[in-house]
Amino acid sequence: MDKKVKRLLHSNEPYIFLIILVFGIAVQIKSGQFFTGNNIVDLLSALIVPGLFAIGEFLALIAGGIDVSFPALASLAAYATTKLLLDMDYEGNVVAAFAIAILIGAVFGAVNGFFIGYLNLNAMIVTLGTSSIFQGIMQGTLRAQQLSAIPPGMKNFGTTAFIVAQNRQSGITSVLPYTFLILGAVFLIIAFMLRYTIFGRGIYALGGNPISAHAAGFHVKRTKFLMYIIIGVIASMSGICRVCMMQQMHPTNMLGMEMNIIAGVVLGGVALTGGAGTMIGCMLGTFLIVMVQNSMILLGIPTTWSNVFVGLVIVAGVAISAYQSNRSAKQAGRHAKEAA
Amino acid sequence: MAQSLLKAEHIKISFGNVHALTDVSLEIQPGEIHCLAGENGCGKSTLIKIISGVYQRDGGTIEFDGKQLDKITPIDSINLGIQVIYQDFSLFPNLTVAENLALNTEVASKKQLVSWKNVRKIAEEAVSRIHFDVDLDRKVESLTVAQKQMVAISRALMFNARLIIMDEPTTALTKKEVDALFQIILQLKQQGIAILFISHKLNEVFEISERFTIFRNGELVATGNTKELDDKKFTFYMTGREFADSKFTPKKLSDAPVMELKDLTLNGSFEQVSFSLRGGEILGITGLLDSGRTELALSMFGIRPADSGQIIRGGKPVRIGNPRDAIENRIGLVPEDRLSEGLFLQRSIGDNIIISEIDRLTKGKGIYDLEKRDREIERWVKELEIKTGNPDNPVTTLSGGNQQRIVLAKWLACNLDVLILNGPTVGVDIGSKHDIHTILQKLANEGLGVIIISDDLPEVIGNCSRVLVIKSGRIVAEYSSEEVDEKKIIDAMM
Repeated sequence: MDKKVKRLLHSNEPYIFLIILVFGIAVQIKSGQFFTGNNIVDLLSALIVPGLFAIGEFLALIAGGIDVSFPALASLAAYATTKLLLDMDYEGNVVAAFAIAILIGAVFGAVNGFFIGYLNLNAMIVTLGTSSIFQGIMQGTLRAQQLSAIPPGMKNFGTTAFIVAQNRQSGITSVLPYTFLILGAVFLIIAFMLRYTIFGRGIYALGGNPISAHAAGFHVKRTKFLMYIIIGVIASMSGICRVCMMQQMHPTNMLGMEMNIIAGVVLGGVALTGGAGTMIGCMLGTFLIVMVQNSMILLGIPTTWSNVFVGLVIVAGVAISAYQSNRSAKQAGRHAKEAA
Repeated sequence: MAQSLLKAEHIKISFGNVHALTDVSLEIQPGEIHCLAGENGCGKSTLIKIISGVYQRDGGTIEFDGKQLDKITPIDSINLGIQVIYQDFSLFPNLTVAENLALNTEVASKKQLVSWKNVRKIAEEAVSRIHFDVDLDRKVESLTVAQKQMVAISRALMFNARLIIMDEPTTALTKKEVDALFQIILQLKQQGIAILFISHKLNEVFEISERFTIFRNGELVATGNTKELDDKKFTFYMTGREFADSKFTPKKLSDAPVMELKDLTLNGSFEQVSFSLRGGEILGITGLLDSGRTELALSMFGIRPADSGQIIRGGKPVRIGNPRDAIENRIGLVPEDRLSEGLFLQRSIGDNIIISEIDRLTKGKGIYDLEKRDREIERWVKELEIKTGNPDNPVTTLSGGNQQRIVLAKWLACNLDVLILNGPTVGVDIGSKHDIHTILQKLANEGLGVIIISDDLPEVIGNCSRVLVIKSGRIVAEYSSEEVDEKKIIDAMM
């Protein structure tokens, strides 16, 4: 067999893709509504916010860390930005919103990065702590309440259609807003960074072996610090996208997303132990979870069962990838014996 | 004689009050293969860390290529052409071979972007130096230990290395892989690179090195041409003690075997292993690293239950499907890695001793009897001469030899019939090693059936009344203590 094909079969991505396909076909058979333009557009639109979060989480996991503070960070950054612009009666376009949110996200990301990078504290504990702090600032200091109106610039950005698809049978139209381009751009930039910059390779290197990374000349602490800033920036952008798309700001409804995001990224073959995984896998895993969540209605399953279903997919997906890696480990062992 | 490549003289270093090196010297000629030997804790690793700039010496002189070096930093050392290959290889398991080879150079070039073409070029150049044939796109974690080592060697060569230091490079290699490594070392020598080879394995020292240096307790004891060295001298230099060639002879053998194995098989590890063990004897099982010797120990103790065959205790076949079954059948195992498998490191010495018999230390109805516990602990600390001020201290405060005694005490407290020891004295200093052997012989004389699984041939020969050799999962030879010698065993196990 061709070496490249062989390597591909040993990775997670084709299997996740297969699960997505099989699931899609199952929904199609049941409802006839899966492979319709508007359903696909709906799914892509539902992927935007989790997809951005997943990219941030992906970075943290690759470097051997983890981040559970991003929903709180995103909520805080998005809330503070929206509130500020409303108070100013700002009429301009969405750029200002992103600029302010990115600034806030970078500062809070730097807080995470300082503790995890420079003080070398455990990432899980630090982000659990900062998550509480971010929520506290939002609810206590800012006295956050639901904002049912948002600045016009954000409103336009969230509703202007990038792609419109209409279902010929039902006549329902679905809109893919321009926020999708944000996801696309972030994906490409981060993918380029990880593949073609020394900084990006440093993230992989320190996830694989931090001591060797230090010995090889990487600035381990600085790399972690900058990386958590980037994660904060991505999360805050995601927060703004969410507010634009929902046409309102609800301070708590992003909280609790972290578990499904982490599950999706891990499902895509990213190792919790750090160092291993691809951006494509991360997106596929996240897409699978979004798809399951969104297809409940088409399958005729009551939405109350949605969590059970998502849980099943996660467990099954992780089981498959564990089986995969077990098998290849055994094969590697056998090859070693034969060579000896 | 030509000018030395490295000349370190009268090196001293201490950490706090501990004098790690009191006075050692080491001289290496350009392009020679030099072996540095010594027991654990003799200061080999410390000297290497001084040469590579990790530690700063307190006294002594170091010359490299005729130039006096006052202070060495890790960067200086690399620039001079000194490369150390540590036992863990310092590789990135999650990255490809190519990237592992090229990353250091890429980072050092201070560029911000990675050129994958360049990475490939660097990597191809690196492996071609030692004609190492490997798929550059494979991830390092999927390679064998030997291949990983080759990657580490290739990487070391990229820095115009003139001296490569290998820290116990053969530890996890099979015999064939060791031979391949020696071929590479000879190639490097031809390229004019000097090799400092660290090992405490006698046969390797003789096979590969031209000159040797031996340390003991932070002092230089001997240096010279390997040709002038023999087994006896080597052992004496290493340990400072003369060992009489005493062999263990059992005093009283039980009439019936205490344990028998019949065609015991664990697929992929060992096949049709049969032997019988009598009370009062010490049976040695020896073989190479991947011969199945460790798996055999694990199967007898139920950690990896055998696929077929029988274990017979007291004439009746018993099922040993997990360690609990083994303990109920009064079989104990001192595992290969006492730190991860044999001890609860954070717990106290006392708790570790009584853990296996904790079920019996009750007042009835499952209430723990603390007085009984203390009596037991006191008894075993005394019996095995465990050197501790307070049995409530954590086990980590003890030396390797004393830790191993704790593992022994834990089992002896259970009144066993059979005790299996896998590598009983790995990483134990020579004095404790001798003491542990004495304890084992005493136990056998009291009627215990003892199995020592070890690749330390002098240990096996000196303590066992019978030796089995296992090769590729099968028992290939059996020797009584009268007929056994090292050469016979080596011939059988290769």
